[in-house]
Amino acid sequence: MARVVVDVMLKPEILDPQGKAVQGALPRLGFDGVLDVRQGKRFELEVEGEVTAERLAEIEKIAETLLANPVIEDFTVHVEDAS
Amino acid sequence: MKIGVVTFPGTLDDVDAQRAVRIGGNEAVALWHGDHDLQGVDAVVLPGGFSYGDYLRCGAISRFSPVMTEVVAAAEKGMPVLGICNGFQILCESHLLPGALIRNDHRKFVCRDQVLRIENNRTAWTSAYAENQEITVVLKNGEGSYVADEATLEMLEGEGRVVARYLEVNPNGSLRDIAGITNERGNVVGLMPHPEHAIEELCGPGTEGLGFFTSLVESTFA
Repeated sequence: MARVVVDVMLKPEILDPQGKAVQGALPRLGFDGVLDVRQGKRFELEVEGEVTAERLAEIEKIAETLLANPVIEDFTVHVEDAS
Repeated sequence: MKIGVVTFPGTLDDVDAQRAVRIGGNEAVALWHGDHDLQGVDAVVLPGGFSYGDYLRCGAISRFSPVMTEVVAAAEKGMPVLGICNGFQILCESHLLPGALIRNDHRKFVCRDQVLRIENNRTAWTSAYAENQEITVVLKNGEGSYVADEATLEMLEGEGRVVARYLEVNPNGSLRDIAGITNERGNVVGLMPHPEHAIEELCGPGTEGLGFFTSLVESTFA
């Protein structure tokens, strides 16, 4: 079994009101110096067997079809170390 | 005409949409998200609500429901499809309409009577209106901010595919005050505000939403 992680972020040009809300809360809590916050999503996929190139291509397809909306979001796929 | 109204788990406005269909002079047919056929309807309304709890992204799960496979195929053949609010989000996720709807820029849910300008009255759903007619209907959304890249916005404007635009106030941060758009053919319309809540004098801001539900008859007999 292996874990493949898909990270999804809004494209830089798309406004992220949730990130802005988090950023706005920081100074009120006494944390200074954070210039911007962007909020994204992380998906952890537990997959059967070895992560082959084919499996990875399939997960790219999953990310592009369902996990992310390529109109407004970018995604990255990486295999997480077994340790 | 028989107009199907789809109910997904989490849909809220299906009954109001069915009622608007009937008051508009058509027969309403209830369709279920798990259906594999459209029961011979002539047109489909995807109503508002929070289908599948808005999980993942609004409309992202609904897009893959069995009924949507049929709706997408029928829309591509020219069947009139109207997506209201969550229905608009589903149409964008299905790639029947370009762009996407994201969280309101001011981060709050908005519920108000909203003035719109109907800029394209050549679609299957807006032919009952005069061009540039101003109407007031209900608006209620948390993720109603329409976004698309510049090239897409230019294309929509250039081809006259902005169906409705917000007037007086932009309630959610939508680019270019866009409230509704159509596809190239004019049979698929997505609209963030709710015309089905403005069809009777008894409640809501009036009856100016009814045109969306009488247009089909008028375009058929025109």
